[in-house]
Amino acid sequence: MNKVVRVFTSDSAINPIVAIILGLLFGALVMLAGGYNPIEAYSSLFARIFGSSYDIGEAIRAITPLILTGLSVAFAFRTGLFNIGAEGQVVMGMTGATLIGVKVTGLPWIIHAPLAVIVGALFGGLWGAIAGYLKAKRGVNEVITTIMLNWIALFLSNYIVNAFLLEPKQQRSYMIQDSASLSIDWLSNLLNHARVHWGTLIALLAAVAFYIILMKTKQGFELRAVGHNIDAAKYAGMNVNRNMIKAMFISGIFAGLAGVFEILGVFHYQVVAAASPGYGFDGVAVSLLGANNPVGIVLGAALFGGLTYGSAGMSFGADVPPEIIRIVIGSVIFFVATQGIVKWILIPFYGKRKKERAS
Amino acid sequence: MDLLSMINAFLTKFSELINTTLVYSTALIFGALGGIFSERSGVVNIGIEGLMVSGAFASAVGAYYAEEANMGMWSPWIGLLTAMVFALIFALIHAVATITFKADQVISGVVINFLAAGVTVYLVKVLFNGAGQTETLNNVFGKWEIPLLSKIPYIGYAFFTAYPTTYIALILVAVTWFVLFKTPFGLRLRSVGEHPSAADTVGIKVKRIRYIAVLISGIFAGLGGATITLTTTSSFSHNTISGQGFIAMAAMIFGKWHPVGAMGAAVFFGMAQALNNFMRLFDFSKNIPQEFLYMLPYVLTILVLAGAVGRAKAPSALGEPYDPGKR
Repeated sequence: MNKVVRVFTSDSAINPIVAIILGLLFGALVMLAGGYNPIEAYSSLFARIFGSSYDIGEAIRAITPLILTGLSVAFAFRTGLFNIGAEGQVVMGMTGATLIGVKVTGLPWIIHAPLAVIVGALFGGLWGAIAGYLKAKRGVNEVITTIMLNWIALFLSNYIVNAFLLEPKQQRSYMIQDSASLSIDWLSNLLNHARVHWGTLIALLAAVAFYIILMKTKQGFELRAVGHNIDAAKYAGMNVNRNMIKAMFISGIFAGLAGVFEILGVFHYQVVAAASPGYGFDGVAVSLLGANNPVGIVLGAALFGGLTYGSAGMSFGADVPPEIIRIVIGSVIFFVATQGIVKWILIPFYGKRKKERAS
Repeated sequence: MDLLSMINAFLTKFSELINTTLVYSTALIFGALGGIFSERSGVVNIGIEGLMVSGAFASAVGAYYAEEANMGMWSPWIGLLTAMVFALIFALIHAVATITFKADQVISGVVINFLAAGVTVYLVKVLFNGAGQTETLNNVFGKWEIPLLSKIPYIGYAFFTAYPTTYIALILVAVTWFVLFKTPFGLRLRSVGEHPSAADTVGIKVKRIRYIAVLISGIFAGLGGATITLTTTSSFSHNTISGQGFIAMAAMIFGKWHPVGAMGAAVFFGMAQALNNFMRLFDFSKNIPQEFLYMLPYVLTILVLAGAVGRAKAPSALGEPYDPGKR
């Protein structure tokens, strides 16, 4: 697991860029093999992302949850934990926000909306803390527990929506009260009703908070120490168990917020879902590409969110199955993880530079 | 209703429960055995899910084209074969990344899951004119009745009326046990997972053994995915596997990386899934909301891992790429 952390904290920015290019090339090869035109496909992809003010707004909407889940996974990584359960924490965040958004009435916006945000974030945080607790106290591998908790979260939230929040004859909850909405109506009107919301701003603030918590506080120092060398941290008198639970709690809060904004800012209701939305798994990709650092994560989220949003344009404009983007994203992570391959490809370039220096 | 017929009704239901349990367990046994091979050699394989997805996909496609070629009852067997080959390719990616390029094994596993999900659905759309799932197969495996044994009341239906894949899985448990613990190859494989540099010192080719182990794990997991297509769903779509691979991994850990233990755990998780139907037959449990029954296997997994079993000891070198230059 330490190796994961090391990969994530490497400061090289060249490797991710080369990996992205290789990933896009690999995607093009797969499209050629399937009999599609990759140039047409990629151009309709970018046309979709930047096509109109509506598309730009919607692309930002698609990017927002990925920033938060990316931060969530990265925060756990920095502490030496692999939180593959951001998915479940997102779902719990959704549920918390929907509960408050639907059930609580008569509050002014200034109280209702923040309350829904906080409760949703806590739902996500506590869901993460369960895995942290099991790891700390019972020694259960957090990869397994968070995967299991993902499924439990899905069914639990389906139960809560079905039992308490269901709008009759619909496969979804009642709409949340207007007083809990985080949509930015004036901006939305300006962008042809793209679903823009305050959550994007909070996600960016969360990236700043990520940096401050980890790098500027005593807590953060302890968390990173546990991540770097668990034994050294123990001998230095740090409470390793408590730090693990705390790390998963904070990590869960980031993921929970991603779910909160999907409800309060985008959909305004929660559906009874057969599968979870996938933001958590994409978060793993984002944090890996962003090298665990908040700026990198925002950029990584922009890339993946943009590609995913644009992939709809691909199937529309060039008739290419949008799943190709999963392949592109998967191979980008592959190339980031196997830095050996990227370095091997870069050898000729390094060689040239050396020769130039010599001459 | 007199006592005797009540007992009869219960036993009938119970033998049905065991029968269904074996159906659900089969794929998990394959997946867990695959995981054991890889992890015993020191390579984490979180990509079992993806390997099962690729196997499920390839079996649906292979069996479909075999049907088209009029191979009739042989087509599901062709499906098994294609599943093994296709999953092998994905396992090879994992092996190259983790063993040759020393990529982080967990991340590489995540990549396998990503790629398998993308590639299979993409190929389904390419091969079946944009459809979201493969054509439904006409020829899938039917349940075999073992002569004589299947005639035993209750027990016959519970244990000796099952899909051929179930018998294959059970045989492979024995084979895996034998190979791992009774052959020189097994000893080498385990030593590579416990202490690769010591193994290297006595002349064992660490990387080669790990390659073989990961590839075997791909074949097994592919069979597991194929089992689901060829016995339960008859077609492949994006949610055919939906988490079975992760449960297989949990079974592997719960079974402490031992084939027989993993089989026991797989049967346990299979039963947790089968209970879903069973519970609906009784008055006291009929009213439990469905969602809680769906949750059951996952909750049980966590409780079991956190509670009674004690700490599972993973192979010592699990997760470490072997670097001969390291001290």
